[in-house]
Amino acid sequence: MNRKPVFQFKDNLASRNRSGLTWRLVFQASTIVGILALTALLFNILNQTFGYTAYEARVDPDSLALNGVSLEEQTKAQLIQVLQTRISSGAFNKLEKDKPFAERSRQEVYDLIYDRVVKYKAVAIWPLWDSLMRPAEIKQTVAQDFPTAKLGFVSWISADFLRRQQSSDPVLAGVRTALLGSLWTIAITILAAFPLGVGAAIYLEEYASDNWLNRLIRTNINNLAGVPSIIYGILGLAIFVRTLEKVTSGALFGFVDPTTANGRTILSAGLTLALLVLPLIIINAQEAIRAVPVSLRRASYGLGATKWQTVWAHVLPNALPGILTGAILAISRAIGETAPLVVIGASTYITFDPNSPFSKFTTLPIQIYQWTSRPQDEFRFLAAAAILVLLALLLSLNAVAVLLRNRFSRRW
Amino acid sequence: MATLNNGYRASKPDLRRRPRLSETIIQSLLFLAGFLSIFTTIGIVYELGKEALLFFQTPEVNLLAFLTSTQWQPHINKFGILPLVNATLMTTAMAMLIAIPLGLGVAIYLSEYASTRVRNLLKPILEVLAGIPTIVYGYFALTFMTPLLRSIFGRDVVEIYNTASAGLVMGILILPLITSMTEDALNAVPHSLRAAAYGLGATKLEVAVKIVLPAAISGIAAAVIVGLSRAIGETMIVAVAAGAGPNFTLNPFKGAETMTGHIVRISGGDLSYDSIDYNSIFAIGLLLFFITLTLNILSQQIVRRFREVYE
Amino acid sequence: MAQPVSSNGKYVLEVKNLSVFYGDFEAVTNVNLNIERNKITAIIGPSGCGKSTLLRALNRMNELVPGTGVSGEVLFNGQNLYASHVDPVEVRYRIGMVFQKPNPFPKSIYENIAWGARIHGYKGNMDELVEFSLRQAALWEEVKDKLDQSGLALSGGQQQRLCIARALAVQPQVILMDEPASSLDPLATLKIEELMHELKKNYTIVIVTHNMQQAARASDYTAMMMLNGGETRSGTMIEFNQTSIIFTRPKDKRTEGYVTGRFG
Ligand SMILES: Nc1ncnc2c1ncn2[C@@H]1O[C@H](COP(=O)(O)OP(=O)(O)OP(=O)(O)O)[C@@H](O)[C@H]1O
Ligand SMILES: [Mg+2]
Repeated sequence: MNRKPVFQFKDNLASRNRSGLTWRLVFQASTIVGILALTALLFNILNQTFGYTAYEARVDPDSLALNGVSLEEQTKAQLIQVLQTRISSGAFNKLEKDKPFAERSRQEVYDLIYDRVVKYKAVAIWPLWDSLMRPAEIKQTVAQDFPTAKLGFVSWISADFLRRQQSSDPVLAGVRTALLGSLWTIAITILAAFPLGVGAAIYLEEYASDNWLNRLIRTNINNLAGVPSIIYGILGLAIFVRTLEKVTSGALFGFVDPTTANGRTILSAGLTLALLVLPLIIINAQEAIRAVPVSLRRASYGLGATKWQTVWAHVLPNALPGILTGAILAISRAIGETAPLVVIGASTYITFDPNSPFSKFTTLPIQIYQWTSRPQDEFRFLAAAAILVLLALLLSLNAVAVLLRNRFSRRW
Repeated sequence: MATLNNGYRASKPDLRRRPRLSETIIQSLLFLAGFLSIFTTIGIVYELGKEALLFFQTPEVNLLAFLTSTQWQPHINKFGILPLVNATLMTTAMAMLIAIPLGLGVAIYLSEYASTRVRNLLKPILEVLAGIPTIVYGYFALTFMTPLLRSIFGRDVVEIYNTASAGLVMGILILPLITSMTEDALNAVPHSLRAAAYGLGATKLEVAVKIVLPAAISGIAAAVIVGLSRAIGETMIVAVAAGAGPNFTLNPFKGAETMTGHIVRISGGDLSYDSIDYNSIFAIGLLLFFITLTLNILSQQIVRRFREVYE
Repeated sequence: MAQPVSSNGKYVLEVKNLSVFYGDFEAVTNVNLNIERNKITAIIGPSGCGKSTLLRALNRMNELVPGTGVSGEVLFNGQNLYASHVDPVEVRYRIGMVFQKPNPFPKSIYENIAWGARIHGYKGNMDELVEFSLRQAALWEEVKDKLDQSGLALSGGQQQRLCIARALAVQPQVILMDEPASSLDPLATLKIEELMHELKKNYTIVIVTHNMQQAARASDYTAMMMLNGGETRSGTMIEFNQTSIIFTRPKDKRTEGYVTGRFG
């Protein structure tokens, strides 16, 4: 057993290096595939947001000029007059009954004319890629197949798109209601989840001793963060929509909005999302609080400060940038959530602005979902435009996070 | 040196505890905020359990058939969850097939190969991917992946709604999650271990695959499990792209409804309380909750064990 | 109400049979020690023998570490700090602390001083108090023009004097200092020592130090701590006397070895 080993090795460095290179390429390729996926995703959305559209009008808007004043320049009274002559008196009276014309803005009447009289209809739509690559072909097709149609290069996302309400006509539909719904809902979510989440984090980091109850709370929060969002939807349905219907419908506060006879309201939606993001806010806030140096707390206690004085004056201000960043990440998640809101019962079609927590609701993701699931192609383009609005909203929110963080951390 | 003479320095300090009412109130409020999470869990288990119980108590339903029948057709009183579970498993499997190899590849590349500059460029891209709402992925599946699959495999082979498209896109959705968790695990491997292997003349690949990867294996396992749990609970992609209607099929190019997809479709309609449909979503939700909970606990357990090794 | 409070007694703090625990681990065993009013008492001893632990037990800062416990008594003007009716917050208010590493709040210099006084309901003129405290800490001349700058923008030595000024602003009777000069250069250290000499007219100071010269130069009394040789590796006080005696003719051989640098 004491023989000296023969030090002889296979000279295999070349092949080892070769396989090293191969695998390096494989790893790089994975990365590139990931980037390609993102590119495809963004391209796909942009592709469907812009492009040529051939549309026909039932009544040419130019023919609606009144004494030579074009539609755009007419006053509200003139617009009403045009509308009255162009639709049946029954339909006009119904509009008056829905919302008196005196209460409608000029813009609303103007929209009504396009909605009821002009009735633009997209007869063919091309995505951006086609529009850029073969415009001649498209023009030819339109000339042949839709001789009466106008061809225009449209952006489905536009100021009008943000301003208009839902419509069954894709050309006239907009995201106003959904956007407002999202903002209302998220406001409720923030109001409920931020104080609760930060409070829980303070409790767990600064107050909780190491006993079974607090350990249970900690583990439980970690587990809740992994529960699928749709489960929160079911929970929200059972608790906020059904059990607490009196509260969430506003009936308890004497709020008798005939359009919301049940608990499927903004309040329910906001609270459901609050439950959903609470664990995320807590976990992020805990991390931010933990990052505050112990020496600060010692300095404060050493002066005879109480726990809350220490937390309020030293721990929280120093943890705030981290807490805010984490909270905004969580809120971004809430803004994009769809499934739980479908489950608690988002409205499929509302055309009035939400005006209280007890209004019926729809949100941007819900609107995207509904437009995506329509069989007609036109709605896909609307969905793409709405996705851009949603992504822009998320992006600006993240920008706010960065700004806030810089602002607060610049103090010292 | 002068002293401030304002009686502020008590010469006979009284050290006795005085009730600090505000401190007590604040502490109680903070405790309640922390305790709310327990209520949430109790709420989930109680509400899901209560309605699920009602579901199983209706004469049309029996537990055995629920777990073993391959037909879910409420209108003829068939409540077998297998078609839904099967579709969930298919989309999940497809997603993991994409996300695990790609995720590992990207993570190894980022942590072992990429220069700091490349890393600083790529990580934000991953974060962007992770921040995109799932409904957008759903849209992507329906308007990009499905046409792509149909042009590759033929329009008569691939249905408009199919589990393959949903599964593939779900893989892209989970990719950033698995990547970032795996990369964390790889980064947590002590540098000395790498140095030791390089010192023996190992190549970069050998260090990455034979030293670092095995050392990080439990962290990677946790990442995979979290990804799995996420895929099972993922809703909007399947709701948009996988098709409506429970359908027991192993063909990924056919439409089939997953558990989550079913819940969304049923509750999307105007659901009346105390109907069997209403109760059924709670039963499915309960099953979903326990599956994902088990997976999450498992991954936490693994991570905890992992920590004990290195810290 | 009528608590027997002797605020004019010779000793501000009387430590009686004090033992301090971290969980089951007895870090400090059975210390008896009297701290004389308006004097500087130094605690010396090898690393890990429990000096910081003993010091923190004197104003109940040790309780911030979960699982700590004490047995025995610490009398502050005759009142037991560990009596059940005593509020640790009150204790820390009367017995201030300066830490090894300077730890100013990330606030302005002014706020660093003012905050402590404010939470204790100081009703006087705050500007006056800030200036007074900074002067006492021999920092006023250096910072009087930049009171609104961050406390973190000062040098290490200045930061430590800021922390001392901060402690002074709440007007404690006793100031505990745990190696206050250990992160400072010799000049800054000297400044702190001069400062302590000034301060003892109005305050009682207990200081932990590793620096024998510092203890010899600056303190009136010295307590020598050492690990007892037993299994438990618990620290205890082996000798306490006037500093001049400890450093010239200690009774305990171990003290002699330590102060002359032959041991520890
Ligand atoms: N927070 C703590 N938890 C548990 N044990 C501790 C803690 N702090 C100190 N100890 C232990 O108590 C003993 C005394 O520590 P202490 O810090 O009081 O020593 P010291 O004399 O101040 O040392 P040094 O001169 O190095 O500062 C040591 O064995 C130490 O490990
Ligand atoms: Mg120490």
